Amino acid sequence: MSSENIQREKLLEVKDLWVSFGKGRKKFQAIKGVSFDIYKGETFGLVGESGSGKTTIGRAIIRINPVEKGEIIFKGKRISGKIDKETNKELIRNIQMIFQDPMASLNERAKVDYIVSEGLYNIHGFTDEADRQAKVRKAMMDVGLPPEFATRFPHEFSGGQRQRIGIARTLIMNPELVIADEPISALDVSIRAQVLNLLMDLQRQYGLTYLFIAHDLSIMRFITNRLAVIYKGQIVELGETEKVFQHALHPYTKALISAIPQPDPLSERNRTVLQYDPSVHDYTVDKPVWTEIEEGHWVLANEAEQAAYRAEIQENL
Amino acid sequence: MSENKEIILSVKDLEIQFTLRGQTLTAIRGISMDLYKGESLAIVGESGSGKSVFTKSFMGMLDKNGKVTGGEILYKGRDLAKYKTQKEWLGIRGKEIAMVFQDPMTSLNPLKTVGKQIQEAIVLHQGLKGPEAKERAIEYLKDVGIPDPERRYKQYPHEFSGGMRQRAVIATAMACNPEILICDEPTTALDVTIQAQIIELLRDMQRKYDLTIIYITHDLGVVAKVADRVAVMYAGDIIEVGTAYEVFYNAQHPYTWALLSSLPQLGIKGEPLYSIKGTPPNLFKEIKGDAYAPRNPYALNIDHEIRPPYFDVSPTHKVRSWLQDPRAPKAEPPKTIQRMLDRWKEVYTNE
Repeated sequence: MSSENIQREKLLEVKDLWVSFGKGRKKFQAIKGVSFDIYKGETFGLVGESGSGKTTIGRAIIRINPVEKGEIIFKGKRISGKIDKETNKELIRNIQMIFQDPMASLNERAKVDYIVSEGLYNIHGFTDEADRQAKVRKAMMDVGLPPEFATRFPHEFSGGQRQRIGIARTLIMNPELVIADEPISALDVSIRAQVLNLLMDLQRQYGLTYLFIAHDLSIMRFITNRLAVIYKGQIVELGETEKVFQHALHPYTKALISAIPQPDPLSERNRTVLQYDPSVHDYTVDKPVWTEIEEGHWVLANEAEQAAYRAEIQENL
Repeated sequence: MSENKEIILSVKDLEIQFTLRGQTLTAIRGISMDLYKGESLAIVGESGSGKSVFTKSFMGMLDKNGKVTGGEILYKGRDLAKYKTQKEWLGIRGKEIAMVFQDPMTSLNPLKTVGKQIQEAIVLHQGLKGPEAKERAIEYLKDVGIPDPERRYKQYPHEFSGGMRQRAVIATAMACNPEILICDEPTTALDVTIQAQIIELLRDMQRKYDLTIIYITHDLGVVAKVADRVAVMYAGDIIEVGTAYEVFYNAQHPYTWALLSSLPQLGIKGEPLYSIKGTPPNLFKEIKGDAYAPRNPYALNIDHEIRPPYFDVSPTHKVRSWLQDPRAPKAEPPKTIQRMLDRWKEVYTNE
């Protein structure tokens, strides 16, 4: 998981992405020009409050939400807009998603055996029945479930086990990129640790790349290599996770970090929570641009702010 | 916090059972606990540990198939465990003990304006009427930090954001003028920045109205912020209780160790987190010994046989674990716990 070992090969590139819902006067601009790269083998975090658009980005990548402007490139190939059938099929196999609520995301009327192999049926991903069963077996064992459980229905499982089924069905596709949308927020505290450990193990074992979407910054700090903070459809700051935590530049990031409750009464009692006031930015003349303020550390700022941030970086050195 | 403190509510050997399809489930297995006036007590535990059932019994809000089968809940000289009728409970509910629920969306009536809902509580509990009651309702809205209260008074819950709705729920609870406020996961459904605001609001209300607050939560970050004392529940029992400092920095029960060690905040990046093996016990069956024993890597032979009594670690810190017995072998707590203790020592040797 350490950042030095990651080969800096771009797996996914998002370039000036715009997404909107509705038309005409009812149009809602959910994503306003977002750009980031995800490198192979890393865990990239997208953090923001509800309604900020973090899920929309994930869904735009897997082509559920149409892209209005900009493009998404996966392994050097454009995957947004019109693409041919072959690319689409390839994409379905290569990018998979884990959802938040394991109670709602599994088909109640299907057996686990079918749920896990459903993706394979769609892309004809097996040679014969024996091959399919072997693949299901392997996926079940990879996520730590006994393969015999494949004959059961979802309601027979606990929340943690259901989330494992959710992971097994992405794993069976042999994906390169896994988008995990709040994969542990619906789970109990003690189960969270199990699922986080499993995700880390699988990453090591299969060299997976994760796009981790969550609102909980403390979990992000633990699991991600790089982190992007999104506010109202725009990424305001992006960088190595520890860097963002220790030397956040954007006032919104600072406010967000100051609001995380720590399980440590000594520091909790003296903690002051910062409030983010968007009016601190004067963007009337001097417009903000997405800038690499120092190597690998991006921030949304105008000329004046950039100068201030540079001074802040000098001070921190 | 607890020295020379007035006890406001005292629970003695409380047992609560539910009947489900002819079987009996013991949800609360003999809990004794005192609540002190003006304190903040946090009850933590996994889902199913009984933390909600336990506190609901103080307000007579158990589901129909559940009842108190033993023990006492003493409040102002009355034994609430003996209350049967709704009429008896009406004297307690709201007036003496009020509750704030997790989801502000479901605890407000969508068909009534927010102002009317607060006013309802004022009319019922403070005996005010008409314009006076309305004025008071607007005061409460202002009190909980809702801007433009006159306009907000006439709005419906759906016109409020999540944070504002939770503020309105707190206003409704305050309007009942209670002694004890039970907050069941008050911030779980909210964004972090809003969470912090709601916690701050609850603390303000506590100071202003001299409230005693019970927080039920699984978020140990929130607990560290607000709690004077912490009670850890497992399988219908309080297995450790102490001041927040004692429970966070000098935890003694292996279950508390496991709970703290499984937190990503206290973990080390790149290393696996500690995770508790197995599943919680089946409460339909009688539990022999320590309920946590089958999952406990530190379990002694006696843990599987006899239920441990409470051992006093300090006058304020009690633990239900045989490891506290002088005859027990010395157990080495996990690294996370040792780091927490080191942190405590570091701060205190520096001061």
